Amino acid sequence: MTAALRLKLENIVKEYPGCRANDGIDLTVEAGEIHALLGENGAGKSTLMKVIYGVVQPDEGRMLWNGHEVRVENPAQARSMGIGMVFQHFSLFETLTVAENIALSLPPEEARDRGALDQRIREVSERYGMALDPRRYVSTLSVGERQRVEIVRCLIQETTLLILDEPTSVLTPQEVTALFSTLRQLAKEGCSILFISHKLEEVRSLCHNATVLRQGRVSGDCQPAELSAAEIARMMVGDDTPISTQVSTAEPGDVLLDVRNLNWKSNDPFGTSLDQVSLNLREGEIVGIAGVAGNGQDELLKALSGEIRTDSGSMRFADTDLGSLAPDQRRKLGVAIVPEERLGRGAVPEMSLADNALLTASGQGLVERGMIRFGKVREFSREVIRRFGVRCTGENSAAGSLSGGNLQKYIIGREALQNPRLLVASHPTWGVDVGSAVAIHEALVRLRDEGAAIVLISEDLDELYQLCNRLGALCHGRLSPLAPTAELSIEQLGQWMAGEFESGEVAHAAA
Amino acid sequence: MELLTNILAATVVAGTPLLLVALGELICERSGVLNLGQEGMMLMGAVAGFAAALSSGSLVVGLAAAILAGIGMSLLFAFMAVTLAANQYAAGLALTIFGTGLSAFLGAGFVGQSIDGFTRVAIPLLSDIPVVGRVFFDQDPLVYLSLLIFACVAVFLRKTRGGLLLRAVGESPEAANANGLKVLVVRYLAVAFGGGMAGLAGAYLSLAYTPLWTENMTAGRGWIALALVVFATWRPERVLLGAYLFGAASILHLVLQGLGWKSSTELLAMLPYLVTILMLVLLSWNPARTRLNTPLSLGQPYRPGR
Repeated sequence: MTAALRLKLENIVKEYPGCRANDGIDLTVEAGEIHALLGENGAGKSTLMKVIYGVVQPDEGRMLWNGHEVRVENPAQARSMGIGMVFQHFSLFETLTVAENIALSLPPEEARDRGALDQRIREVSERYGMALDPRRYVSTLSVGERQRVEIVRCLIQETTLLILDEPTSVLTPQEVTALFSTLRQLAKEGCSILFISHKLEEVRSLCHNATVLRQGRVSGDCQPAELSAAEIARMMVGDDTPISTQVSTAEPGDVLLDVRNLNWKSNDPFGTSLDQVSLNLREGEIVGIAGVAGNGQDELLKALSGEIRTDSGSMRFADTDLGSLAPDQRRKLGVAIVPEERLGRGAVPEMSLADNALLTASGQGLVERGMIRFGKVREFSREVIRRFGVRCTGENSAAGSLSGGNLQKYIIGREALQNPRLLVASHPTWGVDVGSAVAIHEALVRLRDEGAAIVLISEDLDELYQLCNRLGALCHGRLSPLAPTAELSIEQLGQWMAGEFESGEVAHAAA
Repeated sequence: MELLTNILAATVVAGTPLLLVALGELICERSGVLNLGQEGMMLMGAVAGFAAALSSGSLVVGLAAAILAGIGMSLLFAFMAVTLAANQYAAGLALTIFGTGLSAFLGAGFVGQSIDGFTRVAIPLLSDIPVVGRVFFDQDPLVYLSLLIFACVAVFLRKTRGGLLLRAVGESPEAANANGLKVLVVRYLAVAFGGGMAGLAGAYLSLAYTPLWTENMTAGRGWIALALVVFATWRPERVLLGAYLFGAASILHLVLQGLGWKSSTELLAMLPYLVTILMLVLLSWNPARTRLNTPLSLGQPYRPGR
């Protein structure tokens, strides 16, 4: 790979109030190179990309493009130079068609003839194996298809540097394989690719070179294929953080939760309805629900928590009919919920940690005869902070001032200290640093060993395989059968995530 | 038959100011900006138009003054709501209160004066068609203008790149910015168009509908237009329909009174508002279609650069 230098960054500095997001970063990408940018959340990856793509301006540093110094004022300029970007949270307009979305990012003279544009979209998408219908509304596309729209949009503009921000986090394993072969084809044709990720195995299989960021600085450059995932992880997190959890085997007890043919119809025309969802859960086991975002995960969590009401009779919890109970009644029975959004649903950002504890733990003797026992609230809150290693200035700090990982530890800890019989956790380690993720995993396993039943909804397949006794997947609001983790291949799970439940049904799935 | 034709013709006239202001607000809201200042901008347009026409003796000068007054007011709003990213509801309400007061103050000297307003100009041949000819082709020039603007707005929204830009910015300013679109410019232009149209609608009242100036002469039409745009699910055809429905109902109550209908005038005066909203509520039934046309970012201030 002795190709021309496509992009060179020298000493990029970008400061936000209270945080130096990029602190003197150097980076080089050659033509036809697939270059990984690795780092934890908050390491400065997103900021660096925004600098390259002209969304924000660096405070210091130089950027060389094909050997010439440039200053990228805005994304339009970046695109005209040949830099394309696929955002993690897609920058598509749902109420417009595929062709309209693409037309918006083209120069007006190229977008005028819609017929010709449709034809071009078809050609490019077929050439790279990403079939797309230009006339469809984006709101009707799956997440994987939306990503194709973003990539095709870049390719149609003769992009020579394609930036992908965590592109695989929303895809099934099969879709990831297809994406990678597209990217390899592109690289062969001379397009450079900057691949942002924190999934080390993917980076090792795809990327030629990698730059690792930690706390806004480059902590190392490497050829990922020649290092082990653990060695790269060390570069990401530093020396003093544990990077993996040891999970003991579980010994499940009696069936605690039995959901049969749960149906729920969404009012939102583009929302997901739950369709004949059945699952059972024993004491002392973790059941994982995989699936691409937006396939009913949130609805399932809400149905279990009582935020949406379903027909009574379809959910039995121990000896009670769960469906007829309100959320607070379910909580009294020992059902604990950790929703996906930490700020706004899991905790109230403006309120102190102590007050947030009161919100779900009021049943733990924190309220007596209608009066709040502030001493006990503080004590409870301090206990959570101590036991779960929450880094904060004390129980009076506002929930919104904590980092994602620390707040999540607090929320999990708050629920764990109430000795729940059933814990439903959605994406508990999403956007959480590695150290906190390990702590959260350990907390879940400890709860399981104490006899609690846990439903773990996640998009992180590594996490699911590591922690769960049985696994299933949601697709379009339908739940696949649940299979023991050890007997479920990742290919099979991928098919389930894509909605192919019939293929190779596992015989003892009902166990 | 004669009576029916006249009622229909009067319906179009009564619906026209509403159509004008609602089309302006439609464009404005499609960019994601909710301007509650319609009433204030209309009143300023009405008084500016009347004053300019009276002093210059030219109705066209009056129209131009009204449009400029509307645009001026809307730019004031845009500075607060777009540039400073202030709360759009508060800024819009302030604009209405400001416009109501200022127009009354400026117009105090014009109360009681009158001018020769726009009169009917029949279009040759077309106006000879029975009923339709009288209703649509034997009206004052501003009615023709309103229909022309309606057609332009409808085509602009669906068929042009500008319309695509507008819809994109209204759905998601963040995504629009990430795509390199100039969100603030689009929003400014949309707000200014809304202001110009509100000014024009005000001028229609003071130069054509009733060629004189009275305080608060818009009588809540700005507010009705706001409701109209929402219930018309941001589609120009439905705005047209709703505006004429309102016109019909407001004529109807005059007709009913004329026929000696024994009912309280207050109840009858309520009729247009009630009928329009009921009808549009029934029309906006299909949630999927509605969602495709709803500007999702409506009412949310946007600060670029993060």
